[in-house]
Amino acid sequence: MSGAKDPGSPGGAAAGRDVPAIELVGATKRFRTPSGGLHTAVRDLHLTVRQGEFVAVVGPTGCGKSTTLTLVSGLEEPSEGEVRVQGGPVAGIGTQVGFVFQQDAVFPWRTVLSNVTAGPRFRGVPAAEARERARDWLARVGLAAFEDRYPHQLSGGMRKRVALAQTLVNDPRILLMDEPFSALDVQTRALVSDQLLELWSGTGASVVFVTHDLEEAIALADRVVVMTAGPATVKQVFDIDLPRPRTVEAVRLEPRFIETYREIWASLGEEVRITRERGAGSAA
Amino acid sequence: MPLETAPAAAPVRDTSAAARTEARERAARHRRIGVHAARAAVLAGVLGLWEAAARTGVVDPFNFSMPSRIWDQIWQWVAHGTAQGSLGEQIGYTLYEALLGWVVGVVAGVVLGIALGRIRFLADVLGPYVKVLNAIPRIVLAPIFLIWFGLGPASKVASAVVLVFFPVFFNAFQGAREVDRNLVANARILGARNRQVTLQVVVPAATSWIFTSLHVSFGFALIGAIVGEYIGATKGLGLLVAAAQGTFNAAGVYAAMTILAVVALLTEGLLTLAERKLFRWKPADAGDGR
Repeated sequence: MSGAKDPGSPGGAAAGRDVPAIELVGATKRFRTPSGGLHTAVRDLHLTVRQGEFVAVVGPTGCGKSTTLTLVSGLEEPSEGEVRVQGGPVAGIGTQVGFVFQQDAVFPWRTVLSNVTAGPRFRGVPAAEARERARDWLARVGLAAFEDRYPHQLSGGMRKRVALAQTLVNDPRILLMDEPFSALDVQTRALVSDQLLELWSGTGASVVFVTHDLEEAIALADRVVVMTAGPATVKQVFDIDLPRPRTVEAVRLEPRFIETYREIWASLGEEVRITRERGAGSAA
Repeated sequence: MPLETAPAAAPVRDTSAAARTEARERAARHRRIGVHAARAAVLAGVLGLWEAAARTGVVDPFNFSMPSRIWDQIWQWVAHGTAQGSLGEQIGYTLYEALLGWVVGVVAGVVLGIALGRIRFLADVLGPYVKVLNAIPRIVLAPIFLIWFGLGPASKVASAVVLVFFPVFFNAFQGAREVDRNLVANARILGARNRQVTLQVVVPAATSWIFTSLHVSFGFALIGAIVGEYIGATKGLGLLVAAAQGTFNAAGVYAAMTILAVVALLTEGLLTLAERKLFRWKPADAGDGR
């Protein structure tokens, strides 16, 4: 366990060949709480994501997983330590980053097509070209027939696919996903997850996928990072050697999957238990 | 034989279902007619009672007037014009002042509200002053505006502006403050710069807040214009009220009030129509027929 505690070394070896897509070096983030105290969300975070790699981050609920993503995206700055994307330090929001949010973040006053054109239009792409690219992505997520609808006229799964198209149309080299499918029902979730894997395989983008669902993490990722109970830091990193292409429903039944699940849960379960005990303590 | 009975059975079921649908529709229609009839009856009852009370001397017709006199007064204004000129001209004047004041007040309120909602520094600096100004009962400014801007439309527009500005400002400010943070974060990640976030995320998100204030504030604009005219003017519905009051013509006051109510309802209807067009993206609520 102590050997896996420093995930920087295997990532560092790979960095010799290739610049890592994302590097977090001793990143710490503290927030000022409304009552004036300091809340540490993540502490001394070391993590390296290689080019084209799919990394899932799992941890107990509310431990600070999402903060990791906001640091990489540039939405927030670390209080200490450094965050590097494609070799350069993060200063403000990068153009190579895409972010899929947990809640609905599509613009409710725009039609589906207009939502997907938003990114390119913000970045100064001419309207006609933006529309063309948006239509292409809408076709890829299977929503070509719905381009004139407003988000409220779609189902939750369809809205999530709009969000995917809206993010991917910008061709991000780095895709950050913050529990994107947690609000979907199980069947829809499997469908959209498969679609994500299919879309991702064509892009070569590096993905950081935050979730509290270990099954989802193993089914999707190349590596699974287990975070400790808050303030979060990296506890252990596991390589997932399941063959690709995968379909999440099928891969779940493989013996190797179950074995991996048991192995990672041994690590994650402990943190979940700590978080639960704390919750019980503060409730009492 | 079965070939004949089967098709025969289906139409029988169909007609009974159709009959039930028709019966339901008829019941709904009857209910609607009933509501409308009851409404008309309430109006007729109130007006009839008033008329009867005034004619029999239970209430003094000189002070309280009566519906027939009010109607005569309106008809006289329509047919022969008022002492200040034609009735249409008076309505036009008041509407012009109210509309101009409303537009200026709304634009100022929205722009400042969004600006203060978006720029923390501005909000911190100007916030207390806005609160102080809002604490003044603004209708008392009307006499001052009359002194500053004279008897013409300018003084009425000014009173309408100060009445309209504050509710619109506070709603726009609140709307800009309460924009879903995820939407703003999403826009920024997608590549929006500050100005694009303001114009393409904050403003559309705040429109439903702003629109609620537009309904109320048009009423305020009319109040501002009328009060301004009432205090001193050369034209307008407020002047009609003042003139009627000056000659103890109660029917004239009521008649001007009735005309005002109709004008206010019509403009309110137009506003609702515009709102429906603008908010097609919103989920249909109970009132919407979709």
